[in-house]
Amino acid sequence: MTYEKRHDQRRPEETRVIEAKAGVIPNADGSAYFKIGNTVAYAAVYGPRDLHPKFMQDPSKGVLRCNYNMMPFSGMGDRVRPGANRRSKEISMVTEKAILPVIDLSDYPNAVVDVFIELPQTDAGSRCAGICAASIALADAGLSMKDLVSAVSVGKVDKMIVVDLDYEEEAYDDGPVADVPIAYISATDEISLLQMDGEITKEELMKGIEMGKKACLKINEIQKKALKDRFNNPNGDHNEQ
Amino acid sequence: MSKLEIKDKQVVVPGEMLAEGMDYLPGFGTYRDKDKIIANRLGIADIQGRALKIIPLSGRYIPKNNDVVIGKVFDITFSGWRLDINSAYSGMLILKDATTEYIARGADLTQYYSLGDYLVCKITNVTSQKLVDLSMKGPGLKKLGKGRIISVNPHKVPRIIGKQGSMVNMIKNLTKCWVIVGQNGLIWLQGKPSEEVIAIKAIRKIESESHLPGLTERIKAFLESIVSDKSKKQDTTKQDATKQDTKPDKRPDTKPEGESQ
Amino acid sequence: MVITMNNEFKNHIIQALDMNVRSDGRKLDEFREISVTTDVSKTAEGSAIVKVGDTVVIAGVKLDIGAPFPDRPDEGAIMVNVELLPLSNPDFEPGPPSIEAIELARVVDRGIRESRAIDVKKLAIKKGEKCWLAQIDICTINDAGSLLDASALATIAALKNTRFPAYENEEIDYKNKTDKTLELEKIPVSVTVFKIGKNYLVDPLKEEEKNYDARLTVALTEDNTLCALQKGGELPLTTDDISRMIDIASEKAAEIRKYI
Repeated sequence: MTYEKRHDQRRPEETRVIEAKAGVIPNADGSAYFKIGNTVAYAAVYGPRDLHPKFMQDPSKGVLRCNYNMMPFSGMGDRVRPGANRRSKEISMVTEKAILPVIDLSDYPNAVVDVFIELPQTDAGSRCAGICAASIALADAGLSMKDLVSAVSVGKVDKMIVVDLDYEEEAYDDGPVADVPIAYISATDEISLLQMDGEITKEELMKGIEMGKKACLKINEIQKKALKDRFNNPNGDHNEQ
Repeated sequence: MSKLEIKDKQVVVPGEMLAEGMDYLPGFGTYRDKDKIIANRLGIADIQGRALKIIPLSGRYIPKNNDVVIGKVFDITFSGWRLDINSAYSGMLILKDATTEYIARGADLTQYYSLGDYLVCKITNVTSQKLVDLSMKGPGLKKLGKGRIISVNPHKVPRIIGKQGSMVNMIKNLTKCWVIVGQNGLIWLQGKPSEEVIAIKAIRKIESESHLPGLTERIKAFLESIVSDKSKKQDTTKQDATKQDTKPDKRPDTKPEGESQ
Repeated sequence: MVITMNNEFKNHIIQALDMNVRSDGRKLDEFREISVTTDVSKTAEGSAIVKVGDTVVIAGVKLDIGAPFPDRPDEGAIMVNVELLPLSNPDFEPGPPSIEAIELARVVDRGIRESRAIDVKKLAIKKGEKCWLAQIDICTINDAGSLLDASALATIAALKNTRFPAYENEEIDYKNKTDKTLELEKIPVSVTVFKIGKNYLVDPLKEEEKNYDARLTVALTEDNTLCALQKGGELPLTTDDISRMIDIASEKAAEIRKYI
C-alpha cells in the first residue's frame, strides 16, 4: 500500500490549520501564541536585559538566547521529564541560529535578549512552531528585525512530497519517510534552518524546499496579521484619523 | 515613479514594504532594500513629506541623554550609588552629582540615599557601551517620598504626559494626586488611596488606547465619570483623607520633561 | 536582585489597605476574575488552564503504569510537580526547581492527597506489581501573583478532566482515551490568606506578595473540613489571626468551588 492520499485529506502543499496571537503574556516584553494543527507553542521575550554570568557578555552587541522546552505532558507518549535534555538543547541552539540573521542587536552591547518557548501540546513540527512564535514575540518586544522568520517542516512520506508533517505521517512505516524542518526569511529569500532525518533524493529535497517556501509565505502573512491585530480597534479601522 | 504602500499612522510590522521607488527616504525603524523601503520594527508609520519613519509601540527603555527617569537604588559603592532605571543598563550616580552639599570622603552614603529609595534623576551621559551617568542636580530632581510606583510601556510616556503636560496635568487635577512620570516608564503617584486607584486606571487606559484617536476626550470623560461617582459616596473616607492631605511635605509640583508627541 | 521597597513605600501600601483599597481597586477579600478552561492539551490525559486576573497557569495530568510502593502494594500513586517557567516571570530562571516551586508543589500535593480526593486504591492494577501513576505537572504561563491558589484550582480541574487511556496487553495506547474518569471523591480548594500590617487579604498582586508579613494557605473540602495548611512569611501569627484567616479562606473557597 502506498501513501497516495494524506490521512487527514490535506493536499500535499497544505499546512494544518494555523492560529497566531501576539501579546499573550503580560509580564513579557514581547510574547506570542502559535498553533499549527495540534502543536501549540507559547513564546515570551525578556530583554534586552542584564546578562549574567559576565563572561557570556558580548561588548559589541546583544546576545540572543533561546530556550525551547516541552511541558511534561506535551509529548505524544509518556511524560517528558522536566528540564533541559540533549534534544531540547539542540533545538534551542538551531532556533537561535534560525532567528539571528534577521535580528539586529547592535544597540544592546553586553545585554541579552531571552526567548522562552514552551509547548503545552505537540503533534510534530514543534521546533518550527517555536520559531514562528519566537519571531512574533521578538517583533512584539519592539526589536529591530529585517523580517519575521517563518518555519514549517516539509518532507517525504512514502513517495509523496508533503508540507507540515504531523506525527502520524512522521511515524509512517510502510515506506521511507523524510522530515525536513526549514525556516525561511522571505525578505532575502534565504533559508536559516535546515535539518533532515530520513531518506530523500536531492531532487525531492529541492522540490520540498520550494513547497516549504510557499507555505512559509502564507505563515508569514498570518504572523504579521497577529501583530497588527494586537493594535486594531475592534470597533473599526483606527487608522482613519 | 514611486509608490507608497501604506497610510500615515498605520500599524506596520517588520518585513512590511512601506514604499517602492527612490523618492522616499528611510528613517528610524525602516531600511532600504534596492528600490524598496521596508519596516524593521513594529510601530506606527509616520510619513513626513518624503521621509518615512516608525514610531515604536513596544520595547524596553533604552537610556538617552537628558532623559529624566525614575531609578531605584540597588547598590552603594565608594564613589556613589547604582540605580536600576528599568532598562538593561543600570545608571551610576557619583558623589559630586548627587547633591549640592559637600559629601566628605568616607561619609555614610545611606544618609543621603539608601537601598530601595526611588530617585528622580537625569541622564547626563550614555557611552557607546551604554554606561549611564546620572545627576540629581537640576529642577525637579529629588528623592521620592512615600507613594506608589507603577511601571508602564516607556513608548507610551509621551502620551501619558501629553502636549505640554496636558494629559498628566488633567490626571493630577481631577484626582488630586501628585504624579511624576519618568521617561523610562516608571511613574510615581501619591494621593488619597482611592484617588490613586483612579489615576492608575486612567494611566492604564492611556497605555492601552494611546494609538486610537480622541484619546484626551476619552480619558477626560473616563476620569470625570469616576470622580463624580466617587465624590457621592466619599463621605466615609473623608476623615482619613483630610488627615492625609495635610501631611505630605509640599513638594514643588514638578514632572520631568513636559515633552509631547 | 532582592532589593525590597523601602519602608516608606510599604507603609503607604498598608495605609491604603487600612482603608480597604488595593491598587487595582479591589476590596481586600476580593478575588480577581477567575476562569477555568479544561481539555487544553490533547497530549495530556487531563488538563486545564486557570486564569486569575493576569495570572495564567496550566495543569496537565499524565497517567502511566508503574510499580506500587512496597509498603502500599494495593495502591496507585499521585505526584505533583510545579514548573515555575522563566516564560512567566522575568525573575524565574531555567534549571532545577527552586525552593518556591517545591513548596508550591508540596502544598498542592497535600491538598489533593490528604483530602483523599483520589482513592489511590482504585489506581491499583495488580497487587504489588502494577498500578496507575497520576503525574500532575503545573506550568506557569504568566505570574501576576497568587500562583498557589491558581495552581491548586488548575490541578483539581485537570484531574476532573482526566480520562484513562486505553490499556490492553500490558500496553498503554495514549492515542485512545477511554470514557473512564478519575473518580474524584472530594473537591479540595486552596485559598491563601495574606497578612500585611493588620490587614488580611486574598489573591495578592505582585506588589503585595513582595511586602506581606505572613500567609496561611488553607485547603478545604466541600464540607469545610481542613485538609492541608501551610504557614509562610517571616512574621508569626497569633491564634486569633489563624482563626480569622481560616474563616476568610473557607468563605472564599465556597466561591471558588463554583468554577470547577
